[in-house]
Amino acid sequence: MAGYRNALKHSDITPKADWLNRRQLIAGAAALGALPAAPALAGLGAQPSPYSTDAAPNSLEDITSYCNFYEFGTGKDDPARNAGGLTTDPWAVKIDGLVDRPGSYDLGDILSGVTLEERIYRFRCVEAWSMIVPWAGFELKALLERVGVQPSAKYVAFETLQRPEEMPGQRSRLLDWPYREGLRLDEAMHPLTILATGLYDEPLPNQNGAPLRLVVPWKYGFKSIKSIVRITLTEEQPKATWNMANPREYGFYSNVNPEVSHPRWSQATERRIGGGLFARRQPTLMFNGYGEEVAGLYAGMDLSEDY
Amino acid sequence: MAPADAINRALRPVPAWALYVIGPLPAIWFVWLGLTGGLGPEPIKALEHRLGELALQLLLAGLTVTPLRRYAGVNLIRHRRAIGLLAFFYVTLHLAVWLLLDVQIWSQILADILKRPYITIGMAGFALMIPLAVTSNNGSVRRLGPAWRRLHKLTYPAVLLGAVHYVMLVKGWQTEPLLYLGAALGLLALRLPLQRRRTVPS
Repeated sequence: MAGYRNALKHSDITPKADWLNRRQLIAGAAALGALPAAPALAGLGAQPSPYSTDAAPNSLEDITSYCNFYEFGTGKDDPARNAGGLTTDPWAVKIDGLVDRPGSYDLGDILSGVTLEERIYRFRCVEAWSMIVPWAGFELKALLERVGVQPSAKYVAFETLQRPEEMPGQRSRLLDWPYREGLRLDEAMHPLTILATGLYDEPLPNQNGAPLRLVVPWKYGFKSIKSIVRITLTEEQPKATWNMANPREYGFYSNVNPEVSHPRWSQATERRIGGGLFARRQPTLMFNGYGEEVAGLYAGMDLSEDY
Repeated sequence: MAPADAINRALRPVPAWALYVIGPLPAIWFVWLGLTGGLGPEPIKALEHRLGELALQLLLAGLTVTPLRRYAGVNLIRHRRAIGLLAFFYVTLHLAVWLLLDVQIWSQILADILKRPYITIGMAGFALMIPLAVTSNNGSVRRLGPAWRRLHKLTYPAVLLGAVHYVMLVKGWQTEPLLYLGAALGLLALRLPLQRRRTVPS
């Protein structure tokens, strides 16, 4: 139940008025005390999207209590336990590099220009487990177009907040903090690539990367960087944390690919979280099942080389 | 030596079979938790991890028996066999969960054992423990004589393989598995000077 507690804490510190005004919702719908029993009880008012899968989403408890967010510890339950103290308001994202309008953008400002959509995506962790997650977010493309991408830009680099006082995992040197990730510009501009601010139509719980995270559903989960404070457009391929830590195990692309094994385990199958002690494995799909939409991005590339 | 004597006195009435009764209880508890949601949304990995970790703890506990007696005067030798057999019991359950609940696919199991070093190493540790478990009885001790002691030195590589297996399976250099490996190395290092003393006079 730790997930629920933390989610409530998060609601307490999230400027609710902001969310509600922006979404123009009835105040009552997102009453502080009650998380929605069903997504139908709209909170953020994210609009349905044709990009959503029909599969039934994992429970809010599954999604909020089983997380990899090493800034809060390496255990799957550590983020739910330790992320409650993260301050997510005020929050600004520095957007710089090869853009026309660089600067520090307040989160409220970023969100005022977008329409939130509900994107129910398959989520495949590099550790061979998976979930179905109903994100609320908007296409990264919308933000990039707003700040103006210069023609020389080829990549987008992302950085997570570094604040060891509130992120106890950053006190250990397990990874080279701050957490960094990157996408090729065409990947970043793809309509499936979103910045998420919500989950089950409520503000994103801290342990899931509040207040703003990337979601790239055809790549392994660690590419979907959390709690973003900086977005930089670059000409060179940016550094990515896990790729720096172990390039043999974690490639820059890290597209979900059942045919390319992680050196320490097979990626051919995955286990959907929530199936209990006797859950069966299921085959992993190329590009996590998004091949129709994204395979063209990698035409002509040898994905066993560029893994 | 007073505290050690007190501990020894307190332990004297504890029969050797007590550990065989208490030892398997955590396994039952873990499975119960797994079936009732107490191990979180992914109970298979959690169960596998709990069993493996307890096996490693028991292996390390087995290695403390001799140093405890030598340096602290606490005598647990009567319980060492139970500790070792329980370690084997938990390693076996850990392996069974991996085979039957985690990987499930036999072709993949074989591929994993051969191709993935941390699994190869874990399996090697398990294999080393089989002759130890089989000979953990009075009859074998009698029959094998001095060879029994030599055979049971296989505990040393087994515990090292177990700890290395743990270090290798996590992402990055995490503290907890490194502590286990450090404990294993420390407990083995305690045995080194004695070996040297024994070999020097001859």
